[in-house]
Amino acid sequence: MLFGFEWDLSSPAAYAASILPILLIGMWVTIQATVIGFIVALVLGLVWAVLKAAPFRIISWPATVMTEFIRDTPLLVQLFFLYYVLPEYGIVLPAFMTGTLALGIQYSAYTSEVYRAGIEAVAKDQHEAARALNLTPARTFTHIVVPQAVPRIVPAMGNYLVSIMKDVPVLSVVTVLEMLNVAKIVGDRTFNYLVPLSMVGGLYLVMTLVASAGVRLLDGWLPKQGIPLK
Amino acid sequence: MNDPIIKFDKVIKRFGDLTVLDELDFEVGRGEKVSIIGPSGSGKSTVLRILMTLEGIEGGVVTVNGEPLWHEEGPDGLRPASEAHLHKMRTQLGMVFQQFNLFPHMTVLRNITEAPVKVLGLSKAEAKGRAEELLELVGLADQAQKYPHQLSGGQQQRVGIARALAMRPNVLLFDEPTSALDPELVGEVLNVIGRLAEEHDLTMLLVTHEMRFAREISDRVCFFDQGRIREEGTPEELFTDPKEDRTREFLKAVLD
Ligand SMILES: Nc1ncnc2c1ncn2[C@@H]1O[C@H](COP(=O)(O)OP(=O)(O)OP(=O)(O)O)[C@@H](O)[C@H]1O
Ligand SMILES: [Mg+2]
Repeated sequence: MLFGFEWDLSSPAAYAASILPILLIGMWVTIQATVIGFIVALVLGLVWAVLKAAPFRIISWPATVMTEFIRDTPLLVQLFFLYYVLPEYGIVLPAFMTGTLALGIQYSAYTSEVYRAGIEAVAKDQHEAARALNLTPARTFTHIVVPQAVPRIVPAMGNYLVSIMKDVPVLSVVTVLEMLNVAKIVGDRTFNYLVPLSMVGGLYLVMTLVASAGVRLLDGWLPKQGIPLK
Repeated sequence: MNDPIIKFDKVIKRFGDLTVLDELDFEVGRGEKVSIIGPSGSGKSTVLRILMTLEGIEGGVVTVNGEPLWHEEGPDGLRPASEAHLHKMRTQLGMVFQQFNLFPHMTVLRNITEAPVKVLGLSKAEAKGRAEELLELVGLADQAQKYPHQLSGGQQQRVGIARALAMRPNVLLFDEPTSALDPELVGEVLNVIGRLAEEHDLTMLLVTHEMRFAREISDRVCFFDQGRIREEGTPEELFTDPKEDRTREFLKAVLD
């Protein structure tokens, strides 16, 4: 029994049906971790991108070093760091929080590059037109550059959303009951791993297909010229 | 020339080792329509881009309306201009780009009203009224709600002209405004520029390869060669009786 659900080992089909609710609870945790991790990655990545673009070395350089460091170390190292080191300094976060934070931090290094590339891809002549019209640099950024950068940024961010989803099982090492961890526990207790693990594979496939389709839909819906301003 | 609106005084512009403007002296009078012609790479666009503050200078002084453009009066003489000074000076100038450079995500109306609202502080209604008048002027009154990609190149460039005019500049700079257009669309843009030249006391500085048009609308034509004015004069003088061999060669090459 897990989460109050009994399993039925009379046949593979009955077994699968009986553990589906348990796996769906795990899947819900996976989805939450993905969404929260993605939001952290989007927000923190933007912070990195802005810091790295700062005109002062004292600001841009540490941000560059940090993101490079994050990118070049495994997610698991960052996860262990947050999970085992922070409590030594009195910062104790729930495992789920720690895990999603680690995911978000890891991917923020990638998303910051997506922002940078998207912003730099906006043609120089757009900046010149804005300058000739005397728009301020801030206004140019928010109303000329960003709306045109978004359609270039969205597809790449979508790919990272799917990557984050596929990295969530790493959180199982710090006891987060995401879908794979739940399936493993079910397997441990029933001595049948085949069915729960196959189901995890299938459910993952569904999730990634849905997420990719969503991103493609958003991408198709966004005008390539940029977010329209009337 | 007394009281020119634009004055280049021994202006030097370099890109690395390449000296593009070599102590250029150049003046434009108030309300004057001046065309700049010359071979590729002679520094024509650079002159306009310096005026539009898109490109700095390495030496000399540029004055607009009697005030240094790239310098500010400091306690001990001229010092390099601050961004605030450039911002103030830019209000006098407008530019029409070769590639139009419209904002692709904004409607035609928004392209024209964005800066008047945000920079000049016009109300949305005032800016819209001004934009509609200008769209009328360039013959696009019915296109206000379209996006640039829904327009032809000629229409886009006319929006570019309306957008620049909406800021009410004293000087309007045109950098080969028809070079990116299909031949059949050149006429409609030249018509608009020609009408502006005739009906307004706006100072106009036009870089162009359209010799016949330059001849029609200009008070003066300057032939640029290697970062200097090789020859200048009225369209009559320059086109019918060029003094310099280089001018003759150039005109022969482009007119044939
Ligand atoms: N940003 C830049 N960096 C380096 N060199 C440049 C830059 N901009 C212009 N140049 C060089 O300066 C010279 C003058 O350029 P400019 O664009 O003013 O010429 P132009 O007379 O407008 O020519 P065209 O008829 O081809 O437009 C050219 O040799 C050009 O290659
Ligand atoms: Mg040019």
